[in-house]
Amino acid sequence: MITALVIAASLPSLFSNFGVQWPDSLPDPEINLGLDLAGGSHILLEANPDQVARQRLETMEEAVRSALRDAKPRIRVGDVSSADKRLSFMVDDASQVDAAREAILPLTTGAGLTGQRDWTIRVVDGNRFIITPTQEGLEQAVTLAMDSATEVVRKRIDALGTREPTIIRQGDNRIVVQVPGLEDPQALKDLLGQTANLEFKLVDTTALPADVEQGIAPPGSEIVPYAEDSNFAGSSIAVKRLGGIRGDSLTDARQSFDQNNQPVVSITFDQQGGQKFARLTSENVDRPFAIILDGKVLSAPNINEPILGGSAQISGNFSVDSANQLAISLRSGALPVDLTVIEERTVGPDLGADSIRKGILAMGVGSLFVVGLMIACYGRFGVYATVALVINVLMILGIMAALNTTLTLPGLAGFVLTIGAAVDANVLINERIREERKRGRRVIAAVENGYKEASRAIYDANITNFIAGVLLFLFGSGPVRGFAVVLIIGLFTSVFTAVTLTRMWVAGWVRKARPQDLNL
Amino acid sequence: MRLLKLVPEDTNIHFLKWRLPFYIVSCLLIAASWGLVMTKGLNYGVDFAGGQEIRATFTESPEAPISDLRDQVGELGYGDPIIQRFGNPNEVSIRVKLPESAEGNAGAAEAISQRIITTIEAAHPDIRIDGVDTVSGKVSGEFREKAIYALLAAMLAIALYIWVRFEWQFGIGGLFALFHDVSLTLGMFALFQMEFSLQIIAAILAIIGYSLNDTIVVYDRIRENLKKYRKMPMPELLDLSVNETLARTVMTSLTLLVALIPLLIFGPASLFGLTAAITVGIFVGTYSSVYMAAPILIWLKVSSNSFVPEESSAEKQERKARGQV
Repeated sequence: MITALVIAASLPSLFSNFGVQWPDSLPDPEINLGLDLAGGSHILLEANPDQVARQRLETMEEAVRSALRDAKPRIRVGDVSSADKRLSFMVDDASQVDAAREAILPLTTGAGLTGQRDWTIRVVDGNRFIITPTQEGLEQAVTLAMDSATEVVRKRIDALGTREPTIIRQGDNRIVVQVPGLEDPQALKDLLGQTANLEFKLVDTTALPADVEQGIAPPGSEIVPYAEDSNFAGSSIAVKRLGGIRGDSLTDARQSFDQNNQPVVSITFDQQGGQKFARLTSENVDRPFAIILDGKVLSAPNINEPILGGSAQISGNFSVDSANQLAISLRSGALPVDLTVIEERTVGPDLGADSIRKGILAMGVGSLFVVGLMIACYGRFGVYATVALVINVLMILGIMAALNTTLTLPGLAGFVLTIGAAVDANVLINERIREERKRGRRVIAAVENGYKEASRAIYDANITNFIAGVLLFLFGSGPVRGFAVVLIIGLFTSVFTAVTLTRMWVAGWVRKARPQDLNL
Repeated sequence: MRLLKLVPEDTNIHFLKWRLPFYIVSCLLIAASWGLVMTKGLNYGVDFAGGQEIRATFTESPEAPISDLRDQVGELGYGDPIIQRFGNPNEVSIRVKLPESAEGNAGAAEAISQRIITTIEAAHPDIRIDGVDTVSGKVSGEFREKAIYALLAAMLAIALYIWVRFEWQFGIGGLFALFHDVSLTLGMFALFQMEFSLQIIAAILAIIGYSLNDTIVVYDRIRENLKKYRKMPMPELLDLSVNETLARTVMTSLTLLVALIPLLIFGPASLFGLTAAITVGIFVGTYSSVYMAAPILIWLKVSSNSFVPEESSAEKQERKARGQV
């Protein structure tokens, strides 16, 4: 009964392999092919937790500054530093220390279950504040960043229109992306590698070109290099650190063309972002502002007139493709943290199909040899073992389909190994029956004893194989795991088919035919 | 119909007579394997060394221009690329190890891979990139660590299981046989400098499982015979057990080999290493269960008493009184 069900489950995948249409009305539990067989890309992305910490410190600095500025009366501070992964500053008027603490405390929140806060605030030497991130706070920040990064990655991949991508968080700071049958893996990697952190900052026109060249920025400014593909690649400009706006408040981004028919990206701000942008542009007419993407200047146009409509154009020496890609990235939002590709496995669809063909050919030839050997050596008992083997293979396929596991290239090798090893149980049993007969036992007793005595070794051997298989599963990722899956499922099914099923058939035959001797 | 008998009936080969010389040879082989691993080293693939492996097909040429490729990729300055035929004559694998300076830089491997692909695509318009494996130094380091843990854990867990199911001497014997099989497989990879990848670790774990099959079948028979022939001297009893299970040992190894060899010949090129490792493992595993796992029991002083408690004299008299012998 179980056998029948399991085999039925394997049928759809068999049918599709032979190009036969499986009726749509029936359930269709197909076996998934791994990327190494179906073709596709596996990409492992990693975020640097230090970057999250750095950004978090920057945000804290801005928040602290504005909280103290907005406090009544205003609290003046000096000697602000965010070195050593902590924020420190001095309150000018020592009598305002308590008020300052009051103003800063709401900026911290609880983190984790232990009642820890995400930042600790200490006051040393009477009026120096030191604000340090706690471990819990950092972990929480990384988790949040990774959650939203995963969401952004999903949106970007969906925008590419690929089918059935798999996107999974892995460990603390990694994301696995698996996309079957991809035409251009490079485009995908470019898209995921782009943080798309868009900033508009005012150019510091007071900076001396000679200083800028040496990387020296005036106080309150920073040096930002031009992007490699911009018209000014290799040079840098100075921009004001604070007072710019971020491009994370966009409602839309599209590739379009400017009046000179150059590809640009048109962006639309949300209401709040639009107001900020309007203020920035109206306060700075006739000054240049820099459009910065992921820490590189795309262009630094002049603000000719206030931009009030809440939409703008980003120019930057784009091709249609690169403008389109940037538009997708901006639409799906900036990644809260840079992602680096630390592992990539891509297999073209042709190679995958070729592997399947060769693997199945080898499996067929190998099976024929095994079956030939079994029948030549054990006659009728070899035929039983063969039928059991066929059922075994079907059951493995069925269980794989039912458990929704993936068949990989090493998994094919696992099949071959299982076919070679599954008959081991039959060999053990048949050799034992031979021995028992040689010792003069009658047919029924010999068969009985053969199965009984051999089972011990069969179970022991399969349990040790199982131990090795489980470790293989735990150790392996992707393709290797597919190997472990086939081996482990094969252990269970082969004990069932090679021992239980053949015992039933042999017993049935012995009862009916009552042979006086065994041709074994 | 006459059935084929691979092993004649009632063999009585004195395997154990030669146990000492075989043991010495085996120990020398183990030492030689480790010597090779230490001196020549394993030819780590991208999984363990980091870097990239690019597989490509030249769709319009009968043969891949390997030396051209070597020059073009070599000029990029990432050290000597390993360029080999992979499958058909017009298919190649290009392997570039990660420069040591790039070990800590997560994105370096990816950037190098991109440059190589751009370069060869520009030089050979008919090239088709079939597959790319890029592994950064960080990931390859993790793979190395995990591989060692997995191998050690598998060997220990299995030795422990045999100990629980049999006796501690059997556990040690089984473990020693496994150590022998794993060492020789590693030695072969060092000798022929075949690419050592994640798949090979998978193969070794599978070998650990399958080579133990043989050992367990022999051990199971030894245990049975120890209970049955309580007076038989150990070497004789071991010989008997090995001979009794010989037909099965040969047959099982043979069914595995006839299943694997077609895979070696017709199978996809990327499975060659895995299949070769398992095939060799089956050979050494069969040998080790006869010549390593069994004789060690003599030296570890296994006897019938290990399984059946010795009779006290009172029990002996009682048995005699009941007229049993």
